[in-house]
Amino acid sequence: MFDVRNLNVAYGQSDVLHGIDLTVAPGEIVAVIGRNGMGKSTLMKSLIGVIPTKSGHVRVDGAVLTALPSHARVAYGLAYVPQGRQIFGTMTVKENIQTGLVVTGESKVPDEIYSLFPILWEFEKRRAGNLSGGQQQQLAIARALASNPKILLLDEPTEGVQPSVIKDIAKVLKEIRQLRNLCIVVCEQVLSFVLDVADRILVMENGRIVHSDSRDQVDEAAIARFLAV
Amino acid sequence: MVMGYSLGELSSIFAMQAFAGLILFSVFLLMALGLAIIFGQMGVINMAHGEFMILGAYMTYLTSHGFQTYLPGAYAIYFFVAMAIAFIASGAIGLAVEWLLIRHLYVRPLDTLLATWGLSLIMQQAFRSIFGAREVGVQLPDWMMGALSVTDVIEVQINGLFVMALTLIITGIVALLLFRSTWGLQVRAVVTNRTMSGAVGIDTRRIDRLTFGLGCGIAGIAGSAFTMIGSTGPTAGQLYIVDTFLVVVFGGAQSLLGTVASALTISQSQSTLEFFLSGSMAKVLTLLIVIGLLMLRPQGLFALKVRR
Ligand SMILES: Nc1ncnc2c1ncn2[C@@H]1O[C@H](COP(=O)(O)OP(=O)(O)O)[C@@H](O)[C@H]1O
Ligand SMILES: [Mg+2]
Repeated sequence: MFDVRNLNVAYGQSDVLHGIDLTVAPGEIVAVIGRNGMGKSTLMKSLIGVIPTKSGHVRVDGAVLTALPSHARVAYGLAYVPQGRQIFGTMTVKENIQTGLVVTGESKVPDEIYSLFPILWEFEKRRAGNLSGGQQQQLAIARALASNPKILLLDEPTEGVQPSVIKDIAKVLKEIRQLRNLCIVVCEQVLSFVLDVADRILVMENGRIVHSDSRDQVDEAAIARFLAV
Repeated sequence: MVMGYSLGELSSIFAMQAFAGLILFSVFLLMALGLAIIFGQMGVINMAHGEFMILGAYMTYLTSHGFQTYLPGAYAIYFFVAMAIAFIASGAIGLAVEWLLIRHLYVRPLDTLLATWGLSLIMQQAFRSIFGAREVGVQLPDWMMGALSVTDVIEVQINGLFVMALTLIITGIVALLLFRSTWGLQVRAVVTNRTMSGAVGIDTRRIDRLTFGLGCGIAGIAGSAFTMIGSTGPTAGQLYIVDTFLVVVFGGAQSLLGTVASALTISQSQSTLEFFLSGSMAKVLTLLIVIGLLMLRPQGLFALKVRR
């Protein structure tokens, strides 16, 4: 289980996240939705540990990860798909997936990953930088899955991706949840995608969670109001 | 007629000097390789790289002595053993230095420059205390002594050919490691995007340490080759660090091949120049080329990141 308590994060003097609480059960998909600049990426980055946490706790199955560097958090079961994908452009598709395999000690890409993303198998030997936006997004997800995570963090996976591929990504996320029973936290601005995948929807505004709905009783109008500028 | 030499004589001179430069080429290439992978991986310019080479040279000297004293019958193979010992010694000290010194300074690149420069002075003093200020040399085994005659005027030193072949093999191994091993995969990922590498689970600090150790170890092997062209003294490494920078700068074409070509060009021009001018004039010209290149293309400076 994934548990975040009273998380505070700042860039130098300026506080960005104020006391975030978040609990995700295995097999659950939680979406954090909010406009630009509300602190979604900051949340993701502090969870994976590429920026430091000011105070609060991040726990995976009881283990406290808050003080660990990012690679150690990956070893504890966190995996991260960043905004803008950040694949290794000069390396091949296969090598990109292998970077995620490093913590497992394996070097052969599991068949399961290629069956989730057949296009990556087809383009295995291509340079990742030459893939389209949607393909790069799939690669970033595959790379994260390679480390065999318990918790998958995704930051705006629909950004710069065509609508048809967005549907694929939603399908894959639900498939992965089925296959591996993992916790998924996805940050988004696109409400339709969130309504499609999420079991629970949290709204973030100015570094705080200001609204929370389970999907069964979602108040679409209220959430849309938060997203309107 | 040029400078009192006939054309036939000149071409023979060039050919002879070219072959004479083979060991210099090997030393440059191995040194540049180590310096470049360390810089590419972690942005550290290792000012003590020449001293890691000299450490390897001292190890080679000690090994040759050990063989002469205890295993004179097996002296023919001492060089292989010496290379392994030089690699291990320089590599191990490199790992220790990374752990004690460099890893605390990554956030401040200029400090690593000063710190490794200080380290080079400390190492020189340590060499002086341990091995004495006097320069030492090794004796070549018989089979490496001779020369092959290509024509009646042109001869190739066997040790030069041998060391060059070994160097090319080592360069090939480094290329294989970079493009086929898990270590190489991680190095290339870190060079592309350090933060993201950590976030996919790569222990970037561990890769830094291994890379620094490997780079220093290769400098140690360069030291083994060096014993065949120069005598080993506490400060001998200083003479080579500038040339090695030149090789890396000149070869800054983002490829191992660039480094090979650059080491070849520079070692050849240096050894050819040395025939016509004094050694120090050749050095001055070399330095002028460094400065000229830096002024022409500062962006090319250390563009080398050992990837295609
Ligand atoms: N590196 C940074 N340094 C200082 N402030 C930052 C930095 N990155 C983001 N911020 C600020 O933090 C706030 C939240 O940004 P971010 O987490 O990127 O929002 P989102 O992902 O929701 O669009 C914004 O006000 C932004 O200006
Ligand atoms: Mg963002």
